[in-house]
Amino acid sequence: MEIKAIGCEPLQLKRVHLENSHTLKVYQENDGYKWLKKAMEMSPDAIIGEVKASVLRGRGGAGFPTGMKWSFVPKDSPKQKYIVCNADESEPGTFKDRYLMERDPHALIEGMLIAAFALNSQTCYIYTRGEYKYLIDIMDEAVEEARAANLVGKNILGSDFSCEVYTHTGAGAYICGEETALLSSLEGYRGHPRMKPPFPAVEGLYASPTVVNNVETLTAVPQIIEMGGISWRDLGTEKSGGTKLWSVSGHVKKPGVYELPMGYADMERFILEDCGGMLRDDKKLKGVIPGGSSVYIMRANDVIGKKVLMDYEGLVAAGSLVGSGGFIVIDETVDIVDSTKNLTEFYKHESCGWCTPCREGTDWLVKIFNRIAEGNGRPEDAQLILDLCDNIEGKSFCALGDAAAWAIQGAIKRFPEDFKPYLNGQKTTSTEPEARKF
Amino acid sequence: MASVAPTFYTNQVQVTDEVANFSPEVVEEMYLHLTKYPPDRKRSALIPLLFVIQRERGYVDNEGVNFLARFLDLEVTDIWETVTFYSMFNLRPVGKHHIQICKTLSCRIIGEPKITEHICNRLGIHVGETTDDEKFTVSLVECLGSCGTAPMMQIGFDYHEDLTTEKVDKLLDSLS
Repeated sequence: MEIKAIGCEPLQLKRVHLENSHTLKVYQENDGYKWLKKAMEMSPDAIIGEVKASVLRGRGGAGFPTGMKWSFVPKDSPKQKYIVCNADESEPGTFKDRYLMERDPHALIEGMLIAAFALNSQTCYIYTRGEYKYLIDIMDEAVEEARAANLVGKNILGSDFSCEVYTHTGAGAYICGEETALLSSLEGYRGHPRMKPPFPAVEGLYASPTVVNNVETLTAVPQIIEMGGISWRDLGTEKSGGTKLWSVSGHVKKPGVYELPMGYADMERFILEDCGGMLRDDKKLKGVIPGGSSVYIMRANDVIGKKVLMDYEGLVAAGSLVGSGGFIVIDETVDIVDSTKNLTEFYKHESCGWCTPCREGTDWLVKIFNRIAEGNGRPEDAQLILDLCDNIEGKSFCALGDAAAWAIQGAIKRFPEDFKPYLNGQKTTSTEPEARKF
Repeated sequence: MASVAPTFYTNQVQVTDEVANFSPEVVEEMYLHLTKYPPDRKRSALIPLLFVIQRERGYVDNEGVNFLARFLDLEVTDIWETVTFYSMFNLRPVGKHHIQICKTLSCRIIGEPKITEHICNRLGIHVGETTDDEKFTVSLVECLGSCGTAPMMQIGFDYHEDLTTEKVDKLLDSLS
């Protein structure tokens, strides 16, 4: 698997190839924690100003401007404030945070500490998905190392700024990547999302002001302090600042984590050259899901020759979204009905059951897809599925419902030729191994 | 992330008042988890503590839950409410090696069905079952964040990536 930067100097991936890159020693030899020192000499407002100027947008999937999120935290609140790192990476196709935490845990700690200093917080939690237990061990070790060097804990670097960093584990629930569900989970409850407003910035963890940021968002913060917000932004485009990690999987020769400047041109070159081209030379590109399973799937002819820019605006113009940057490349051997059925099962399994449209809607979608896959499709099923999606999208309590609807709408609208034989009852999926039926 | 125990929802849970016992070391470890959260927010430690219970008792059982209820000043139902939400908690015993094969899209299109079939055939069980010698349980789970190194599976907490049937054979041979 490849881990490298293309079209820019590696920033997020600067240290990942160094030997023992996870240790404090190597991190400090490479300017580590220097930017925390610099930030602690700045005023909190100046730090937030730099982050705003950088146009850093949340890298977890929603793409909300980070500086703006930070500025929502009420300064005069007498309550304890919390910084929570969302490391519940579970969007299908996404695996970038995993390598950042595995190989550069101190960058995350430094980013969290800068955020804590800017927002006057004394407590940080790193909420990591339960399956990534080995990463929690790495993070624990890194926090202890930093504590021994007076970088975490009381009176950091001899100042009057004190901040604790704790790891916390999830236990296998995709919904806990939604920030309010994550907070419910962190409080020891079922991972149900909460009503917004109040937003977490006002009433989050323990009803106190809380900022929840993705791993990649927080590891970008030291870079922004180092370079200055404007210079960091200028690595990308005016509206999509900086660089972004893309997790590439599926039918390419070189899957991996790639760091690209925002606005990288173009997607065709990225797939067919940078990622080594199609896995099997005689198989053509069929489609791409560019931002994790929850975004609209793109057809090959929306990519080839279209000079799609890889940033927030470019992908919207091309009919999809950046999402979490989980890039799934699909070749012509894949049956889109089968792949969509697979994702439908995912959303059904991960729906938390809190609201009716999502709980019932995803269940019905699976039932319909199963019936179609067994060869009992009917021509009116296409409209039935779209109607169902319409009853989920925008009507569910949180974005999981929207995500499920988009994944399915995209497939059915853009690959009608794959659905057609099923809808006439002429085809059944034959790839189901016997074992799967249980 | 799939639950190993769909039967939980149809079978009655055996209710008991017995409370589990843990060694002083384990209890100390549990107290360490509590130090991460504000003193009046002990419930926050619930998920980390449930993993301790599962590690010590093999699965999340009644006695363990009764212990946690006392430890955290919660009702037993508070704990079951949380336990049943999360797919990593096993509600009945699993084999010594819990094989969890990722079934989501990136793994599926790159060979997961073949790996699943191979493992099930080799062990002579279906997905969701445990071998008679209680050594292996096979589950299909949702995305484990290893899409670039697909197909993959997790045995216990260990990731095994870029799987081939030969690699799986070698791996299963090495597990005692």
